[in-house]
Amino acid sequence: MIGRNSLFGPVDPAADAGYDDHPKRKGFFTDTSVCIGCKACEVACKEWNDVPENLFEMLGTSYDNSHSLNANQWRHVAFVERPAKPPVDLGMPSMGPGGVAVDAVTQQTEVAGSAEDMDFRWLMSSDVCKHCTHAACLDVCPTGSLFRSEFGTVVVQDEICNGCGYCVAACPYGVIDRRKGPDGADNIGIAQKCTLCYDRLTEDQVPACAKACPTESILFGDVEELRQTANDRVARLHEQGVMDARLYGNDPEDGVGGTGAFFLLLDEPEVYGLPPDPVVTTKDLPAMFNRAGMAALALLAGGVVSFLGRKR
Amino acid sequence: MSAKQREGHQQGEREGKHRGSPARDSMVPEAEFESYYGRQIVKPAPWEHDIAYYLFTGGVAAGSAILGTGAELTGRPGLSRVARAGSLVGLLSSVFFLIHDLGRPSRFLNMMRVVKLTSPMSVGTWLLALHGPFAGLASVGEVLRVLPQRWQRGPLGLALKLSRPAGIVAAATAPPVAAYTAVLLSDTATPAWHDAYKELPYVFCGSAAAASGGLGLIGAPLHEAGPARAFAVGGALVELVVEHKMEESMGLSAETLHTGTAGKWMKAAKVLTIAGAAGAVLGRRSRALSVLSGAALMAGSLSTRLGVFEAGLASARDPKYTVVPQRERVAAGNPVRYEG
Repeated sequence: MIGRNSLFGPVDPAADAGYDDHPKRKGFFTDTSVCIGCKACEVACKEWNDVPENLFEMLGTSYDNSHSLNANQWRHVAFVERPAKPPVDLGMPSMGPGGVAVDAVTQQTEVAGSAEDMDFRWLMSSDVCKHCTHAACLDVCPTGSLFRSEFGTVVVQDEICNGCGYCVAACPYGVIDRRKGPDGADNIGIAQKCTLCYDRLTEDQVPACAKACPTESILFGDVEELRQTANDRVARLHEQGVMDARLYGNDPEDGVGGTGAFFLLLDEPEVYGLPPDPVVTTKDLPAMFNRAGMAALALLAGGVVSFLGRKR
Repeated sequence: MSAKQREGHQQGEREGKHRGSPARDSMVPEAEFESYYGRQIVKPAPWEHDIAYYLFTGGVAAGSAILGTGAELTGRPGLSRVARAGSLVGLLSSVFFLIHDLGRPSRFLNMMRVVKLTSPMSVGTWLLALHGPFAGLASVGEVLRVLPQRWQRGPLGLALKLSRPAGIVAAATAPPVAAYTAVLLSDTATPAWHDAYKELPYVFCGSAAAASGGLGLIGAPLHEAGPARAFAVGGALVELVVEHKMEESMGLSAETLHTGTAGKWMKAAKVLTIAGAAGAVLGRRSRALSVLSGAALMAGSLSTRLGVFEAGLASARDPKYTVVPQRERVAAGNPVRYEG
């Protein structure tokens, strides 16, 4: 079984899971540079997937009122308040009021208002399950409740999950969680996360969040094409002097084999609550089992030795 | 958290820079890192202490299965009896704790749907399913042996006959039961558990030997307890030495083994295990001292499990343990890449 499923490296996840014939891998490209923090994605997701309420409380530290990705929050818009960066001087004519139309990003990150009265900038980013190429949650699930769909995504089957919570600890992004409440909600006690709207995909529909996004910050499509789009977008932003723009999760040779949902960020990943260089934990699984095997043999040997050379 | 620390923390949050949780006993300098308002990145396992108890009782069960068979084969009925009892009680309680900790105990049987080598929990369930019946039969044999002769016929007689070979199978399948729990914890994104994967199986196996040997010291008559004593002291030594080595190889997350609740458990584990091992060696001729040492060794083993368990949860709650090591790796030019 370990031989058949590769634990690391770039693979087509659907083919790796045993689908001989399957559609192209689907995913999200979330371009946070055009996210306006409207939370339409959060709402659309809850509406379509019947996700119960999360605890709606201001955090006290920011304007984020939905806290984190969890069982009741399959899309989460992070509001990151950052110290302002001095605008990059491109040697271009400056743009005053009534100047030519500026790119949305330049406007948002650098010259929203005038630079003097802004000592901070807002980064907004809609986070979601990454649908990893090598998904730790799926690997460690002892019931087979988590499965790889024909679209290369990772989905939980509510009626099979036994609530063991192993996937929760295994996810390097802290996405999946066991539903705790509210009282009366469906599926309490079992693991819940974004399905990439599996039910909509099977009907050739766009996932609810991407459909609702007014700025096309959330793009849905074939992962291969999205990666191209993302590369083009980053190149364009770099041309415009937004040197902080970077892609996150798009690299099929990274620690999780690349993610099906990847991001364009304007700062370091950890600023958005993302791990800087995550690794699927099952990458080390063969080594772990080897060490455990050696330790087990040592225990047995210790038992035998304890009885050797002893008279009664 | 003192008022001053809180102020410092909030200050850090406003600037987006964090110094992490104050590590009181640690010699490691406070790590500077950035995060999303200091909030956790990976999620702590949603497990109660049940899982720590499960690790402990599983260890007692596995070690006792080995001791019981050795005692039976070498003609030590007293040790055999207590070890078999430990094996059965340990096994039943570990299954109870495992099922109790599932969010939905009624769905335990869903574990039996698949055999998944990539899931240590699935592997462990099947190991228990393989080991359990044999260990159970061996323990039942111990009870049957004290029954009047005339009852030892028919199916009961068959069970009695089978109990000895069953005991051998139980002893052979016991070590993986003790060792896999380390993989169960390590195969997660929980920093302190994953970072410990190289040594944790040895710590847990040593701990299992110490606890089951300790049980043997408590229950077996003095003249039969020799092997239990050796097993317990050897296990305690392995546990102590390898645990020290583990902390050196873990990196930053080793800090969580010294702070907070986990720190208390680990300190207790060290004291109890050292005291228990020393008492077991010195108290060879004293029944009372043997019993006391055995109890200390068992308590030490339980403390180790609780300490490792708590350290993992603490390392997941603080984003420092996720961000800093990954950042340092990337800064050193070693981002994780697939290379053919």
